[in-house]
Amino acid sequence: MLGGQQHGPPSISFATVTFTVSFTKHQEEQMLSAAVPSLIHALPMVVPMDDSWISFDVNALAQNFWSATFDGLTFGAIYALVALGYTLVYGVLNLINFAHSEVFIMGCYGVFFTLSALNFGPSAPHLSFWAIVGNLVLALVVAMIVSALTALIVERVAYKPLRKRNAPRLVFLITAIGVSFTIQYLLYVWRGPSPEPALTMFRPTPIFEVFGTIIDSQQIVIVVAALVMMVVIDQFISRSRTGRGIRAVAQDPDTATLMGVNKERIIITTFVIGGLLAGAAALFYVMKIPSGVQYNGGFILGIKAFAAAVLGGIGNVRGALLGGLLLGLIGNYGQVLLGSSQWTDVVAFVVLVLVLVLRPQGVLGSSLGRSKA
Amino acid sequence: MSTTDGPTLLPSAGAQQDAVDRESLGKQKKGWFNGLGTRWNGLPRQKQWLYLLVIVAVAYLLPILNIPGLTTEPGNNWPLALAQMSIYALVAVGLNIVVGYAGLLDLGYVAFFAVGSYTASMLTSPDSPYVHIPYLWTLPVAMAVAMFFGVMLGIPTLRLRGDYLAIVTLGFGEIVRILATIIPAMKGQVGFQNVGHPPGTDSSGNAIFLNSNGAPWYWLTLTVIIVVLLLAGNLERSRVGRAWIAIREDEDAAEIMGVPTFKYKVWAFALGASVGGLSGALFAGQVGFVNNQKFDVVTSVLFLCAVVLGGTGNKVGAIVGGALVAYIPLRFTAIAEYKYLIFGIALVIIMIFRPAGIFPARQRLLAYGTQVYNKFTHRGSDTPPGGQGEAVGGAHVAGAEEKGAQA
Repeated sequence: MLGGQQHGPPSISFATVTFTVSFTKHQEEQMLSAAVPSLIHALPMVVPMDDSWISFDVNALAQNFWSATFDGLTFGAIYALVALGYTLVYGVLNLINFAHSEVFIMGCYGVFFTLSALNFGPSAPHLSFWAIVGNLVLALVVAMIVSALTALIVERVAYKPLRKRNAPRLVFLITAIGVSFTIQYLLYVWRGPSPEPALTMFRPTPIFEVFGTIIDSQQIVIVVAALVMMVVIDQFISRSRTGRGIRAVAQDPDTATLMGVNKERIIITTFVIGGLLAGAAALFYVMKIPSGVQYNGGFILGIKAFAAAVLGGIGNVRGALLGGLLLGLIGNYGQVLLGSSQWTDVVAFVVLVLVLVLRPQGVLGSSLGRSKA
Repeated sequence: MSTTDGPTLLPSAGAQQDAVDRESLGKQKKGWFNGLGTRWNGLPRQKQWLYLLVIVAVAYLLPILNIPGLTTEPGNNWPLALAQMSIYALVAVGLNIVVGYAGLLDLGYVAFFAVGSYTASMLTSPDSPYVHIPYLWTLPVAMAVAMFFGVMLGIPTLRLRGDYLAIVTLGFGEIVRILATIIPAMKGQVGFQNVGHPPGTDSSGNAIFLNSNGAPWYWLTLTVIIVVLLLAGNLERSRVGRAWIAIREDEDAAEIMGVPTFKYKVWAFALGASVGGLSGALFAGQVGFVNNQKFDVVTSVLFLCAVVLGGTGNKVGAIVGGALVAYIPLRFTAIAEYKYLIFGIALVIIMIFRPAGIFPARQRLLAYGTQVYNKFTHRGSDTPPGGQGEAVGGAHVAGAEEKGAQA
């Protein structure tokens, strides 16, 4: 133990060096461990000597920077669509709808069953361009309907009775997580633990090349469609009569009611809009990750989408888009840098915590909701 | 935020009127065992201790008694089932500090449980290359490490509203599992085997604390629960506990009354985390094997269900809830497969129809509360609430205490 104390400080400082620039120091470290093998084996290690905790691979990031960027934007578009559901409900009800991730995954199941019925399989279908487009639009419509219906049922079954009773916030949150859990395990009981077989909608064809990276048709479809939907929703919220109602209820439910806004109807509309967008996101998600339809597949995506909503400014429609794209980028860079696809989730989470520390109102600020009590 | 009253989600004129009505009525929270609770509170302290001794003795004898009908055999070994129930009960007691007392929704409690488990296993298992210490020493270390994580997570989020804490903890619960998978040092699915256990051998030279023998672990955990309960009970009746309850009932009002809300929220969160770490270390020792498969977020929701089922803010309720959540799938093995579904539905139904749980919490915040409350309740209920608050001397928490006094 005495020897351990003597040897302790250099090993600690050495480990911190490994931590930051492990890829260059690795050989040196091996030399050191070769020089003092008896010491290392004789003494219990206080701090790990190798890079068994976390290592950064800067070279990989430099090489794959642009492909990570475009892929990140694609994921970001999907996050943004789901994030809108969180942001709208949060703006109007001041409530995190934990069940929104399940609204999304129900949409994924809608896509899966529609496309299975249309004989889509693991390999790309041999159909004409317009036939594929028609089928995908059908799947999109089904997914949107399924998701919107789920959102509606969740609102009716779980939130309405609580609102009627004027329940406190904690009750809403617990109920929300309970509903999310229930839907997840209904799916589990119905479809089992393994993901559904993969579906390929179309073979991504290269369209053009930027910075030596090929942009394929899939990425373009997802990003463009998501952007179009975002613009439509933004315009709907800021111009239509219903959108004005939504903003009014978000600002002050009582005054809005006095001004003739039907609060209940606005709340339902908000849930349904969130559901529709989650259904759209579901189609693109299955397009991007064909084997992602699983009973708990929505959970992590839900947290990431929420992180995106907070990053952009929760309650803010444009913030959801910005936050989604940013989070997609950051997550993808982190994944390449840290070397495993699962790091995306960790990076997204760290971003969420950092945003809450540094700028809780988000990049664009929360215009509808209030981030602080 | 309490689960029965307190600030509402969408404050409207109607809701505010309701809240005023509630307060002026001093409505008593009715429970299924309401008569029992009232009778219990009416008993003198000595008699309460006597009854408690009997209950504790019976609890200690449970693994030997093996009562037919109650036992989980032949499906599951009864002492092992008891050990698991006791660990769940301890978790529920810890989570109750966070959710029940301070009203902070922690959806990733399993993360602290996991931190405790990993701390214990990495410090005792022969599979880990780090420094090894005796198992019992890992309990305080696990508590400290879990507390550290609690503070690290609490400081950024507790300044904001409760919703953020909920989602951040939910994320944290999943992140710990992912980190255990992708960080090589934590060995992913391979995990750590032969986690240490407390010392001691029986007459034939075998270790007492075997993974296959649940009874000693049950007794150890039960002892830990009793110690934690005594400490938590004292905390609840101290300045800290009153601050927590004030925060739960109305954070803004508490802040205005001079309660440093952020500080006490971090305290509650950190203490809850440390109890979670403690139970995780006990779990690691009892099971003897820790890997990344044991700590998913669904377990976390199960813990929350335990607290909600028992009655948020009630220690006894938390123990019963925790034990029940572990017991039901072990006893009724036919429905064990659907336990998550059942507890998910239960969570929604309880929240909609019976938010106070099986044992509704009643606030009794004074050190010698029983005598004071008895005195006032015998004198009649027409005493103005303000007078009571002054009469008991130095009671700063309005509202919550008065309700307790009238109960």
